[in-house]
Formats: sequence, structure tokens, C-alpha cells
Amino acid sequence: MAQVHAPNADQYYVPHSSPWPIYGSVTLFTIMAGAVATLDGWLPVWSLLPGFAMLAGLFIFWFGTVIKENESGMYNMTVDRSFRLGMMWFIFSEVMFFAAFFGALFYARALVMPWLSGGGTKLLTNILLWSNYHGTWPTNGPAAIGPRANGSFQAVPALGLPALNTAILLTSGITITIAHHALLRGYRRRLAWFLAATFLLGFTFVALQATEYHEAYTRLGLQLGTGIYGSTFFMLTGFHGLHVTIGAIMLFVIWIRVLRGHFTPQRHFGFEAIAWYWHFVDVVWLGLFIFVYWL
Amino acid sequence: MNVNRLTANDLRPAHSRAMSFGRVLGILAGLLGAGTAGAGSWPAMNMPVGVTVLSHSIYDLHMEVLWVCVAIAAIVFGVMIVAMIRFRHSKGAVPDINMTHSTKAEIIWTVIPVLILIAIAIPAAKGILQIEDMRGAGLTIRVTGYQWKWQYTYLGKASGISFFSTLSQSSNFASQLHSGIDPRTVPHYLLSVDHPLVIPSGVKVRLLLTSADVIHAWWVPDFGAKRSAIPGFINELWIKVLPGKEGVYRGQCAALCGRGHAFMPIVVDVKTPADFDKWVAQQKAALKQAAAASAAAAAPNNAPVAKAGAAGRAIEATVHRATRPLMARVLD
Amino acid sequence: MAHAIDTAHDVHAAHDHTLAHDGPATGIKRWLFATNHKDIGTMYLVFSLIMFFVGGSMAMVIRAELFEPGMQFVDPGFFNQLTTMHALVMIFGAVMPAFVGLANWMIPLQVGAPDMALPRMNNFSFWLLPFAFTLLLSTFFVPGGAPAGGWTMYPPLTLQFGDSFPMLIFAIHLMGISSIMGAINVIVTILNMRAPGMTLLKMPLFVWTWLITAYLLIAVMPVLAAAVTMLLTDHFFHTSFFNAAGGGDPMMYEHIFWFFGHPEVYIMILPAFGIISEIIPTFSRKPLFGRNSMIYATASIAFLSFIVWGHHMFVDGMPMAAEMFFMLSTMLIAVPTGVKVFNWTATMWRGSLSFEPPMLFAIGFLFMFSIGGFSGIMLAMVPADFQYNQTYFVVAHFHYVLVPGAVFAIMGGIYYWLPKWTGNMYNMTLAKTHFWLSTIFVNVLFFPQHFLGLAGMPRRIPDYAVQFTDWNMVSSIGGFGFGLTQILFAIAIIQCVRGGKKATARVWDDAAPTGLEWTIPSPAPYHSFTTAPEID
Ligand code: HEA
Ligand code: HEA
Ligand code: CUA
Ligand SMILES: [Cu+2]
Repeated sequence: MAQVHAPNADQYYVPHSSPWPIYGSVTLFTIMAGAVATLDGWLPVWSLLPGFAMLAGLFIFWFGTVIKENESGMYNMTVDRSFRLGMMWFIFSEVMFFAAFFGALFYARALVMPWLSGGGTKLLTNILLWSNYHGTWPTNGPAAIGPRANGSFQAVPALGLPALNTAILLTSGITITIAHHALLRGYRRRLAWFLAATFLLGFTFVALQATEYHEAYTRLGLQLGTGIYGSTFFMLTGFHGLHVTIGAIMLFVIWIRVLRGHFTPQRHFGFEAIAWYWHFVDVVWLGLFIFVYWL
Repeated sequence: MNVNRLTANDLRPAHSRAMSFGRVLGILAGLLGAGTAGAGSWPAMNMPVGVTVLSHSIYDLHMEVLWVCVAIAAIVFGVMIVAMIRFRHSKGAVPDINMTHSTKAEIIWTVIPVLILIAIAIPAAKGILQIEDMRGAGLTIRVTGYQWKWQYTYLGKASGISFFSTLSQSSNFASQLHSGIDPRTVPHYLLSVDHPLVIPSGVKVRLLLTSADVIHAWWVPDFGAKRSAIPGFINELWIKVLPGKEGVYRGQCAALCGRGHAFMPIVVDVKTPADFDKWVAQQKAALKQAAAASAAAAAPNNAPVAKAGAAGRAIEATVHRATRPLMARVLD
Repeated sequence: MAHAIDTAHDVHAAHDHTLAHDGPATGIKRWLFATNHKDIGTMYLVFSLIMFFVGGSMAMVIRAELFEPGMQFVDPGFFNQLTTMHALVMIFGAVMPAFVGLANWMIPLQVGAPDMALPRMNNFSFWLLPFAFTLLLSTFFVPGGAPAGGWTMYPPLTLQFGDSFPMLIFAIHLMGISSIMGAINVIVTILNMRAPGMTLLKMPLFVWTWLITAYLLIAVMPVLAAAVTMLLTDHFFHTSFFNAAGGGDPMMYEHIFWFFGHPEVYIMILPAFGIISEIIPTFSRKPLFGRNSMIYATASIAFLSFIVWGHHMFVDGMPMAAEMFFMLSTMLIAVPTGVKVFNWTATMWRGSLSFEPPMLFAIGFLFMFSIGGFSGIMLAMVPADFQYNQTYFVVAHFHYVLVPGAVFAIMGGIYYWLPKWTGNMYNMTLAKTHFWLSTIFVNVLFFPQHFLGLAGMPRRIPDYAVQFTDWNMVSSIGGFGFGLTQILFAIAIIQCVRGGKKATARVWDDAAPTGLEWTIPSPAPYHSFTTAPEID
């Protein structure tokens, strides 16, 4: 066992076998099956629970294994680089996921709304089908689809909560950078404090976002079903909020690991991956703030 | 069931299963090099030239591009075949392992395809301009797709005429699973309707396409005209049948729209302008009568408006101005 | 080699006594808990073959129903389910996993890596697929049946389907997750695990095309996921993405879908290009002509694939400028693709050709893929597409690029590398028979579909007007012949796995193939390149 702490640097670690991938596949299948059962009305919502419980287990066990292996020095720098590259490309795939929703927003706003209002070559669309409609953004469409009887709704003003949330996320971007520098220099206490600040800011963001949703649903007439504006608004901010939540949870986990003395100035893939993820979430928010709330 | 009588009324000589099977064997033999399978019986294998201004220009473009491709294929495949014959290992060919690249060759085979593509892009671009030019229409008809029928509503001077066009009964019976009716005995199997669209020749007819439920597409191959009918939007299409080409033309819905997708054909009866005007007058007279009759009957008639001319109703208004259009209701 | 294996032994022993052996684990655990790229590659390939038969069986029912006009065997609704599921199974279950399987087997061998970069994730990617397809295929048994809106899943039609609808969406999510993880693994392996001296430009073409394919996958699979998620919320949560009444547009779905869909078709052809670029030089006994321009051409195709999606929507009513743009950008793809075809031809020119089964499939590919490409160019001409769109002409086009294109390349690749995997040669006569029968029948099957389309037969119909009977009968006969011929393929593989004449390390000694995979013994040892090989 002497070699455990002195791994062969030439050796790329290939785990011999692992139960987690198949367990993970069963988990995702269980979640999907639960979702199908719920949506098709075969079973009540709780049919989603087993899947999510298994998912929690998946993260704990799989990541636990990786962390243990890492801490026992089984990974050389090449393995570390594989993880980094993997994370980068994963974030790229997330960027494309959001890009599709942004694309939907731009398409609806820049093309569909003018067309329905008779713009471009689609004059007849307006005259024959939607003659009362002259859209301005935000819109819930010619049929004014939404929860209120008169079809009206209000958008969330950019300068209220959203501006505050922007400040919060930007600040959290700074705090995590400070934490990162602290880690590189070996200032563990500063690292722990700023990391804590980051996830606390993250959770605050989520809480404020929840308040905003509550407002929108109860007072503004703005819901997921409020025409195209509600659809793009909630899908974009919702998926973003989900990512913030996941990111903040991961930051919390990283914080625990920091408290346990994990990570060295040279080797801290887990920390960096989450820092990148956090910056990505940050940048998406800027896009949201500009294109969903502000312009 | 009466089905047998229906098919006995058939207009066209039956063209039996055995006959077509025999022809298929002939075709297969033809593919094996035995020559064409019986002159005259060879089934259609190219795009119809059609009867409209657009269909002609599309046909010309199609043939041009087809021949360009055939020519390129002949050259490229020719070179490959020569290579396979000349440079065979079994014939003792020695590879020229220094032949690994040639900038000159690569430039040539980049530039030549570009030139060819430009040459075919020009007529294609002209074609687009022609297709999209909706100006100067003499008659406008609104076409609405339904699962699974079409509704034609005349606008302008023929306004008031509106009717549904549904697959003919004979085709409908024969197309049922295990109907036991040989489709070959049904006239214009799957290509006939109860009420065809009627348009004049020599006039630019503009169709405004939309749908009440899912996406459909209106297509008559002989017109070179196809466009999707999208719920909530109007797409435009124009047709100008060349004078002298009056007659009945047939097509089908060209967008998957559910179980009945194969069963919502399009039939267009092209009349001379004079005959067309006569038809319009007839329809309007019938409309007036119907209106009088329904006023007399007082009670609103909810029976389907499937009879030609019986429909003056503002179907379109009810369908599309409702707070949630039909499409949304279908989904609920 | 012995040395390398010893080293591996020491290190593993140090980590875990219970697993201190180099061979595969025993029993089912070897497959369930796999981390070895060869085991996972094998599972992908087996899965893909099964799915090819499943999807093919659906196609056989389609061809049987279309043998004659009139409805003989299935209900129209069920026919649409078959069409939809046939395409989904073939694309996501047969062709894509086959390429991933080949990537798993060959990329580490070709770049001199000990395994894939992320072995556990590799297994995760694989095992999601059987679950995804369980979900998808079980839709046949729920009330209302399987999805029947076409593989393109256009709303509003697709929103009309009942219980199967969320199953379809979630199955696609699972496939997407699987593809993205698989692609990440490929990219990371290629970028990070190359043996010293294996510079990017020295990489084999199969590796190069897969690198670019993986990039395409990561870029567009999330877009598909987003598109189907919008379908899901439109169906269940009252959003209005594709509903004009709420300010949305069904065409918006088409744009998003085809932004995925067009790169997707290149995802199914670029690795095929890579395989062909491996096989042709070997059996021409001559290096690949214009190696670097092959790489640039592949990259250009990938780039162009992002800006041509509108060519699927010409008749759906786009602004004229968009029609022009998409027509021209689509036509441009002929140029880099032409470069590839010409380079392959130039590789054969003044070579010394022999016609073993892999080469036969590669040559079949060259001819028939080009035919499919030519019809693609015809489809790109907007005015002509007004006639071609939604007809069997399109069906003929894409089956030419997919079946004698992608599928032939996969079969060629399998015939090329199978002896390396199993250590046995297969029955050459059987394989050649498989090739010739496939080639004849695939043309009898798909060539007449061009005529049907031109003569006016729409696609996605279970029943047709009588004038289309003859060519449909021909096509169906070709279809049954092609389907039955594939049984030979399965036999050839099973025989080869079971035993046969021993293969040498180089397998094709006579043709002297180059590449790292030929430097290790056949069958390839369970762990290859635990110590990086030297590359000059
Ligand atoms: C592997 C899959 C694959 C590949 C490689 C291609 C390749 C191409 N495809 Fe195809 N396509 C599909 C799969 C594929 N396609 C599918 C699945 C559909 C239907 C989807 C659906 O609706 O269900 C489709 C549909 C489709 C359409 C829409 C038709 C319609 O619905 O109306 C169009 C239109 O432009 C098109 C064009 C092209 C072009 C221009 C190429 C080009 O890449 C081809 C380039 C190759 C060549 C041209 C041959 C070699 C070149 C030379 C020898 C050089 C010289 C040549 C010239 C100068 C012309 N394809
Ligand atoms: C990679 C993709 C791929 C592959 C490999 C195939 C392979 C085949 N396809 Fe596929 N097809 C598509 C992708 C593919 N297809 C797509 C994307 C569509 C469009 C769907 C849509 O419109 O939404 C389509 C649509 C499509 C149609 C049009 C349906 C319609 O419009 O309604 C038809 C009709 O002939 C068809 C036929 C075939 C046949 C005969 C094969 C054959 O090559 C299959 C051969 C394989 C086998 C047969 C299996 C192996 C053998 C056995 C199981 C033994 C038993 C055999 C017998 C009993 C004979 N396909
Ligand atoms: Cu209507 Cu297809
Ligand atoms: Cu395409």
C-alpha cells in the first residue's frame, strides 16, 4: 500500500469497474418514469420522489468515490486535465441549451410579434386572422392568453428586484474570485469565508427570485401561461434559477470540503470546476437581465 | 354493404393486381438489363411538366440540375471505375506512394464545382423571385386546412362562396383496413373529392393558406405549387394555369397531419374565365336561395356546411377570432 | 507490451487488492460495471445492431403496407407510428451508437491512449441508451400508441398525442444526455490522451472526423433538448412557444429543430467519412491523398452545417431573403464534400487496389453516397424543392446518404476492424456476398423512390393512388431483399466472434495498413498502451 500516496505519474488512472454508472442510468430512468407517470396522470406527484432520492444518492456516492480517489492521490495531472476539459465542454453544452431559449426569445420578439401585427410580408396574417392585434413587447399574443379575464399582465420592472439580483450575482462572482486567489496563495481562512459568502449570496438570489415569482404569479398576472412573454420569461429565468440553485449547493459542498482541508494550491479541480460553473451562471444572468428584464 | 355497387359503377377499366404485378416483374427484368419493360406501360418516373407558368420554369430548372448532376456523376464515377480497372493489385499494379497531394489539382476541383454551382444558382434565384411575386392577382381564395379536409373561401368578387372539400366516398370506403375493395377499381383512388376547388385559367389566382389545427400543405404537382398551411399564419401561393389547359388537376396534402394525412386530397377544376364566371353566378344564386330558406326555417342550421355554395357563414371569423383559437382548443 | 502490462498490474494492485487482475471482470458485472473502452465499445455495437434490426423490422412493415395500394395490414395511425419510430430508432439507436461504439474501440487504439479519458462516464453514456429505448419502445403499449408525428415532431401535431408524448420527450432527453457525455469523452480523449508525438495533424482521419463530430454533438444535442422541452411545456404547462394565439409560432419549432437537425445529419456522416478515409488508403496501398485538405474540408462541412438548416423549410413560408440565403449556403456544402470525394478518388488513382469486404463497402459508399449528395443538391434549389419537398424524392435522398452512406461505412468499418477485435478472420465469401446482395437490393429499394417522388407521391402516407403501384412494388421487393441480406451480416459477425482463422497483428498484411492499432496483437489485449507508445 505504500504506493497509494506516491502514484506513478506516468500512469493514467483507469478505474477497474464501477457500479455508479449503471446505478445512475437506473436513477435517471426512474426520474423520467416518475415524470411520465405524473404527467400522464397514472400516479400522483410523489412518484417522482424515489428517482430524486436515488439522484441524491448518485451524487453522494459517485462524487464521494471520485473525491476519495483524488484525495488518496490516484489522479495524476493528465487525469486532472481530463476533468477540466470535461467540465469546459459540459459548460459549452449548457451554453447551447440556454442559447436555444434565447433564440426562441429573439425569434418571437423580433419576428413573430411583428408578423402577427402585419409586418413584413405577413400583412394578411394580421388582416385575416388577428386584425385587432398590434403587438408591443412584452406581449402575450393576439389572444392575450393569460390568467386574467381581460388578458392584461405586467412585466417585472428591471430596476426592482432584478437589478438587486444582478448586484448580488456580480458580487458573488467577485467573492468566488477572491476565494480562488486565497486558495492559490494558501490563505485557508479567507478561502472559507469568501466561499461561504458566495453560496450565501447564491441562496439569497434564489430566495429573491422566488419572491419575484410569487409577485408575478399573484400580482402581475404574469405566469408561465401568459403568452409568449410568460413562456420565455419563466423558462429562461427558471432554468437559470435552477442552475443557480445547483451551483449554490455545489458551492456549499465545496465549502465543506475546504473546511475538511481538501484542495491544494496546485490541485483543486473540484473548486475550479464549480467556479467556472458559477461564472457561467453569472454571464447567463447578465444576458437575462439585459434581454428579458431590461430591453 | 353497398360497396360492390359503388365499385361496379366504375368509370375506368379495371387495371388488375395481376397486371401490375406482371409489369413489376418486367421492370425488375428491365433493371437486370433486359431492356425496357413493355413500351407504353412504363410507369411515370419524372416530374410532370405541368400546366402553369411556375410549373414550367420549375420543370426546366429540375431538368437542368438533374443533367448537371448526371454529367458530374458520369465524370466522377467514370474516373473511379477506370481506377478500379487499371490499378488492380491482382494485375500487379504498383502504387505511386509519392502521389499524396497536389495543390493545383485541389484548386481545380474546388473552383470548378463553385462555378457549376453559380451557374445553377442563377436560374434558381430567378425562380425564387418569380415564386414570391404575389402582385397582380385576379382572384384570391382563402384555403384552410382541417384534420382532414380543406375549406375554400372565395374573397373579392366571388366572395360569399365557401365550402369544404373532402375525400370522395368511394375512395373512403375502399381505403378502410381490409375493405376488400381493390383500389384499382375506384376512380381516381385517393385523388377525388366531393367538391373540387374551381378556378379560371389564364388568371393569376392567389391562395391564402392557413390551418385550423395542425400544419397541412396544399400541393398540386401539375401546378408546381406547394405551400404549408400553418395555424395562426397566412402563407401565400399563386397559380396561373395556362389558357387552353383547362381540366381537372389533382394533388394531396403534403405535410404529415395525423391519421388522415393520406386522405385529404386536393382537386382543382380549372375552367375558362367565361365558364368560371358562370359557375360563380350559379353558386351565388344557390347561396341566396339557401339564405332565404334558412331565414324561413328560423332556427339556425347546425348541419355541416359541406355542400358547395351552401355556406355563406363566417366560419373564418368564428374559427380564428375566438379568444383561444381552435388550435388551442384542440389541444385542451 | 509485457512490460506495460506489468506496470499496470503493480499500480492497480496498489490501489485495490480485490481487483488486482488485468483481465475483464467475470460474469454480468463485466458489462454492468464496465469501464474498459473495449467492453463499452462492444456493448454499443451490439446494442446498435439490435436496434438496426428493430428499426429495420418496422421498415419492413412499412414496405409491406406500401407494396400495394389500399390498406392491407395496419391502421393509418399505426403506420404513422411505425414511420416515426423507425426513424428515431435508426438514427438514435442504430447509426449514432454504432459510431460511438467504433469511437470507443478505435480512438484509444489510434491515438495510443490507455483507455477513454473518463471511463466511468463512458459506461454511463452507454447504459442510458437501453433505458432510453425501453422508454421509447414501450410507447407502443400505452393507450393511444406510439408517437406518430414524424421523427421531426412538429407541433401542433405532436402535441396531440396522448400518453406516449411525455415518454417520447424524456426518451429524447436521455438520448441527448447520453450523446453529450459520449461526445465529451471523445473530445477529452482526443485532446488530452494522445501518445507523445501524436500531434493533431498526425492523427488518423477517423479520429479527426470524430473530434469534429463530437463538437457538433455538444453544440446541437442541447438545442434538441431545449426544443422538446418547449414542446413539453406547451403540452402540459400552458406555454405558448408554438401557438400563434399566444404570440408564438409553429415555425419557431422548425427553426430550432433543424438547427439541431441539420448538423445531426452530418453527425451521421462525418465519422463515416473518417472510416472511408481509413479503408481506401489501406486497400489502395497508398497514403490518403490530400490529407490536410480532408481535415479542412471536414471542418468546413461542420461549420456550414450550422447555417443551412432552413433548407428543410422552404415551403413553410420563410421570407424570401432567408430562402436565398439557405439555398446558397446549402449549395456551398457540395464544395468541401466534393473535395473529399475527389481526394478519395485520387487516393485510388495510381494505387494498387484490392477488393476485400471493407474496400467493397467503401467503394459502394463512394458511389451511392454521391448519388444521395447529388439529390441533396437538387433539393437545395428552392423552386425545385417546391415540387420535391415532402415526397419520396426526399425519402430517396436521405436513405441514399444514410443507408449505402452511413450504414455501409459502419459495416465497412466493422469488416475492417473486426479481426483486430476478435483475433479471428471472418468468412470472406460470406462478407462479399453480403456486400453484393446489399448493394443490389439497396438500389432496387431506394432508386425507384426518386421516381415516385418526382411523379408526385407524398411521403408519410400509408396508402397511395394507384399510379404509384409499380415502383412501390419494386421498392418493397428491394426492401425485403435488403432486410433478409442483413441476416448474413449478423451471421458473419457471430461466426467471427466464435472462432475462425487467426488474424495477425496487422490483419491486412498484404495491404500493410498504417496506424497504431495495427501495432498491437490481435485480438487487442484488454489493456492496450498502458505505457504510451513512441511515435516517430
Ligand atoms: C447522412 C445524412 C445526410 C447527408 C450527408 C445529407 C447531405 C445533404 N443534404 Fe440532406 N437530408 C437528410 C440527410 C442527409 N443529407 C435527411 C435525413 C433529410 C430529411 C429529413 C426529414 O425531413 O425527415 C434530408 C433532407 C434534405 C433537404 C430537405 C428536403 C426537403 O425536405 O424538402 C435538403 C435541401 O436542401 C437536403 C440537402 C442536402 C445537401 C445539399 C447535402 C450535401 O451535404 C450533399 C453534398 C454531396 C455531394 C453534392 C456529392 C459529392 C460532391 C461532388 C462529387 C462534387 C461536385 C458536385 C457538385 C458541384 C453538385 N437534404
Ligand atoms: C439511419 C437511418 C435510417 C435507416 C438505416 C433506414 C433504413 C430503412 N428505411 Fe428509413 N427512414 C429514416 C431513416 C432510416 N431508414 C428516416 C429519418 C425516415 C423519415 C421518417 C419520418 O418521415 O419521420 C425514414 C422513413 C422511411 C420510409 C418512409 C416512410 C413514410 O414516409 O411513411 C421508408 C419507406 O420505404 C423507409 C424504409 C426503410 C428501409 C426499407 C430501410 C432498410 O434499410 C432497413 C433494412 C434493415 C432491416 C430490414 C433489418 C434487418 C433484418 C431483419 C430484421 C430480418 C428480417 C427481414 C425481413 C422479414 C425481410 N424509411
Ligand atoms: Cu393534411 Cu397532411
Ligand atoms: Cu439538412
